[in-house]
Amino acid sequence: MNAPILLNTLHFDQPWTLENYLKVGGYQALRKVLAEKMSSDAIIAEVKASGLRGRGGAGFPTGLKWSFMPRNYQGEKYLVCNSDEGEPGTCKDRDILRYNPHMLIEGMAIAAYTMGVKTGYNYVHGEIFEAYERMEAACEEARKAGYLGKNILGSDFEFDLHNHMGYGAYVCGEETALLESIEGKKGQPRFKPPFPASFGLYGKPTTINNTETFASIPYIIREGGKKFADIGVPNSGGVKLFSISGHVNKPGNFEVPMGTPFRKLLEMAGGVRSGHKLKAVIPGGSSMPVLPGEIMMDLNMDYDSIQRAGSYLGSGAIIVMDETTCMVKALERLSYFYHEESCGQCTPCREGTGWLYRIVHRIEHGEGRPEDLDLLLDLCNNIAGRTICALGDAAAWPVQGMLKHYRNEFEYHIEHKRCLV
Amino acid sequence: MLSQQITTLIDKELKKYPADQRQSAVMAALRFVQDEKGWIAPADMTDIADYLGMQQMAVYEVATFYHMYNLKPMGRHTLTVCTNLSCQLCGSGDTLAHIHKRLGIGLGEVTPDGKYGLREGECMGACVDAPLLTINNKKMCGRLTSEKIDQILAELDKQ
Repeated sequence: MNAPILLNTLHFDQPWTLENYLKVGGYQALRKVLAEKMSSDAIIAEVKASGLRGRGGAGFPTGLKWSFMPRNYQGEKYLVCNSDEGEPGTCKDRDILRYNPHMLIEGMAIAAYTMGVKTGYNYVHGEIFEAYERMEAACEEARKAGYLGKNILGSDFEFDLHNHMGYGAYVCGEETALLESIEGKKGQPRFKPPFPASFGLYGKPTTINNTETFASIPYIIREGGKKFADIGVPNSGGVKLFSISGHVNKPGNFEVPMGTPFRKLLEMAGGVRSGHKLKAVIPGGSSMPVLPGEIMMDLNMDYDSIQRAGSYLGSGAIIVMDETTCMVKALERLSYFYHEESCGQCTPCREGTGWLYRIVHRIEHGEGRPEDLDLLLDLCNNIAGRTICALGDAAAWPVQGMLKHYRNEFEYHIEHKRCLV
Repeated sequence: MLSQQITTLIDKELKKYPADQRQSAVMAALRFVQDEKGWIAPADMTDIADYLGMQQMAVYEVATFYHMYNLKPMGRHTLTVCTNLSCQLCGSGDTLAHIHKRLGIGLGEVTPDGKYGLREGECMGACVDAPLLTINNKKMCGRLTSEKIDQILAELDKQ
């Protein structure tokens, strides 16, 4: 196993301090960018060469996203970090925030330099207050040491970063809902276009990236994009943090090269909990379609492999379920979640997620009807692709995945009014 | 009236945002009120609206949109238990059952002495530590067992 790139301070007693970050090469990339007066084009070329794709779940190429920011815009532009990590199963960004906050700050500072931005916001998931406090302290530490603020490292580059705390709204992980939330409003996604690069925070050009995405930047600049790309596999460059939760012996976050076999990751997580057999896996956060265990055991964890099997790598959150799991009950909880978290703006999602939940709920409680399964699929088709943001799709995919692979369990529930497992 | 402690905290928060974007501090302002009083009453929302120069309705919208705000008294110690999938797989049902056994309250309820309140949480972004709960939205406790819950309650009983 290679030395960690993202969680590279974990061997220290206090992994989060500036002092320890400097010991592992921290802020050298920013120093290099400023000393060599690297051009925006050169930095973006390096990021493109790295193959880095958005680590929040959508997998959009980062270098390309950065190139969308208007160059000659006169006036304020913003950089925003999406640390609103609330996709069930996902808890990797929390480890970056609490164990390596300076790597995020350095990554954002380089991004800000590249895009001509002076102010950044880091939107932190409301439930992880301790990580928010850690970030606040790290920003203060960076300000005092001259890595944030005016004349960074003696140059004329200026950038400051502020943390904004969410307070319990999954939909704010959607980037334009997040912007609304920073503006002090309900977190309802905006209609696009215009995209944030032209009309973002406070109506100004804005780039939003995920925490892990920004944290990958210092290495890419220091060591070169190609070196990062070569760690992974074609079309899935670099390393990735995977969160493994559910029925495993040692749940945790694991930093491995893209394309690592699922079989190996499961081993790292101590295997399926003792005495039990693998049944199913959600490979990329709760929104992604579930896959049967035997399919997963032959897959590698990269964008293309998972997609070919009919799901998505998403945020890299792996939820493992053993043979004792009732798939109806699992889906009932997920459908409740999307219903609860729908912002209510688009009718197909607001009404449809309620329908999905109520139908799965009645199947789970022995009141299902034979026609319910087709009704569920019909509803999914009427939600997915018909809403402003992807929450509608996120509600439909788990239902479609469950019915594709475990329809027999649902039928059994409807017919016998009890679990198959 | 917002206490001086709260306005000091809000003023510090306001420094993060452009001078003409005072509304950006509304989420923090609501949080500070809840930290001090345990919940947010409509009168507090009016005070925040006045302080930040917002419509009262706009503050109300924010307070009712985000789940973690308590819009009614939820006890001196609000326990929020995540019941989402990873936590469910790891036994959040047992967590709720044990808290019910110990405190006699279910979701959305408060003990008669006003000491504890229990809420259901959505994914807290710490799934590898499932099952888990937060105390007053500040402290997170994970890998819960009956013994660990007893310890947490014993600690809180002392406060």
